[in-house]
Amino acid sequence: MAGSTYGGVPRWVAVVAALGAAFVLLPLVAMLLRVNWAEFVPLITSESSLDALGLSLRTSLTSTALCVLLGVPMAIVLARTRFWGQKVLRSLVLLPLVLPPVVGGIALLYTFGRRGLLGQGFEAFGVTIAFSTTAVVLAQTFVALPFLVLSLEGALRTVGTRYEAVGATLGARPTTVLRRVTLPLVLPALVSGAVLSFARALGEFGATLTFAGSLQGVTRTLPLEIYLQRETDPDAAVALSLVLVVVAVVVVAVAHRAGEPAGLRPGRRAR
Amino acid sequence: MRRATTAVLAAAALLLLSGCAGQAAPSGDAAPSAASSGTADSLEGSITVFAAASLKATFTELAQEFEAAHPGVTVELSFAGSSDLVTQITEGAPADVFASADEKNMAKLTDAGLVDAGAPVDFATNVLTIAVPPGNPGTVEAFADLADPAVRTVICAAQVPCGAATATLETATGVTIPAVSEESSVTDVLGKVTSGEADAGLVYVTDVVAAGDAVEGVDIPEAAEAVNTYPIAPVAGSQNEAAAQAFVALVTGSTGRDVLTAAGFGAP
Repeated sequence: MAGSTYGGVPRWVAVVAALGAAFVLLPLVAMLLRVNWAEFVPLITSESSLDALGLSLRTSLTSTALCVLLGVPMAIVLARTRFWGQKVLRSLVLLPLVLPPVVGGIALLYTFGRRGLLGQGFEAFGVTIAFSTTAVVLAQTFVALPFLVLSLEGALRTVGTRYEAVGATLGARPTTVLRRVTLPLVLPALVSGAVLSFARALGEFGATLTFAGSLQGVTRTLPLEIYLQRETDPDAAVALSLVLVVVAVVVVAVAHRAGEPAGLRPGRRAR
Repeated sequence: MRRATTAVLAAAALLLLSGCAGQAAPSGDAAPSAASSGTADSLEGSITVFAAASLKATFTELAQEFEAAHPGVTVELSFAGSSDLVTQITEGAPADVFASADEKNMAKLTDAGLVDAGAPVDFATNVLTIAVPPGNPGTVEAFADLADPAVRTVICAAQVPCGAATATLETATGVTIPAVSEESSVTDVLGKVTSGEADAGLVYVTDVVAAGDAVEGVDIPEAAEAVNTYPIAPVAGSQNEAAAQAFVALVTGSTGRDVLTAAGFGAP
């Protein structure tokens, strides 16, 4: 398929595209060349590495679940309703997408921190969020949520309301329409959005460092472990980076597949 | 015709790329024109000083002193964690002078032949102290108080110099700190204390001096067990060796001593 459409592309576009691809791929190749293969397995299976990988996977999965839980209703409200200030609200909700993560971390600190807006109340009940795994999940959810909302909202708009209207005229209640018509229609977008959120959560660094701290097995996720290992053991840092790259490649591949039949495609109808 | 277009575009892309790379240079190139002011000083050009993050305030001041004393020289400063700077220099970053927060990182450069073995001179020392939020909510009065898990203490990870000093201090005193977080830089430790998230943090004396009213310091008499020594040296193969030597002389001389002492650093 890639070959057959090539003919329509001007040569210069392909040349610049190749430059762009090289720009993205060369740093990865450069990193691969630095991997100490003899020590690779011991480096990535050390106790601290495994703790970091396990923590990263656990927290990222939890954040992804939270993103789906909160993001699906958000996307539906943004795509299917109209209310005053909606445009402003949408921009604000998507803000974490463009916000430097460190800024997100500071904002979270002033919300959920010990002296924060909500944190003070939590503290009164004996609940402390700072320096806990919960803080990591909060930081990841904060930065990953817009990815899910954005991709799902777009899909909802593309699909349109025709099928939903038919369902409603046939007597289905709004919740039934949502469950039986809307969600199955946008399932591919939901999956790819969730995968993207997962990837973003997995790579979260700045907000976690600022808000959650760094302690092995509790808050030190894989990116934080890489950052720390780099101080003394560049080989370990490179090895762990490669693990993260592999996970990212898998995630992108999955997201791409899930996102492919955007909208309706017969034969891939989700139950 | 099509080929010509391709060539033009490829050239344009290359120009764009080289334009990006060239942009960093001009700030340092301003020096030679300034040098023509005709002072008796023979030093001119520019030097780039790579210094540990904890030296930011003092070295910024010393660089100004240096430029005032040698109007023909521009000093470019780059501050980061010592090990980051070592990595950058090893990867070919154009540094003329390197000032490290510990001897270990300087040793990496002497081992690699990027600094002459006899060149490093110790110019300052720093010791740990306890930083607490204003009002000392955790009522921390001594190093041993940090052993209490109810006191939420943040320290540096053992991989970075301040963490290595912390570990030495723990061994020397027999006090084990159940830290709630092990940060990768002393700045992050201080941040957790100033924001009130932590009840106490182990940082350098100079950090508490620099933080002003944001934190209070609780002195640790035992800190003398873990003194961090700061070495400075010109980087081998410097394009401006004379100016680099002069800068090292300023830092290790009486001007440097005064500025560093005011910031809380000890004499080596």
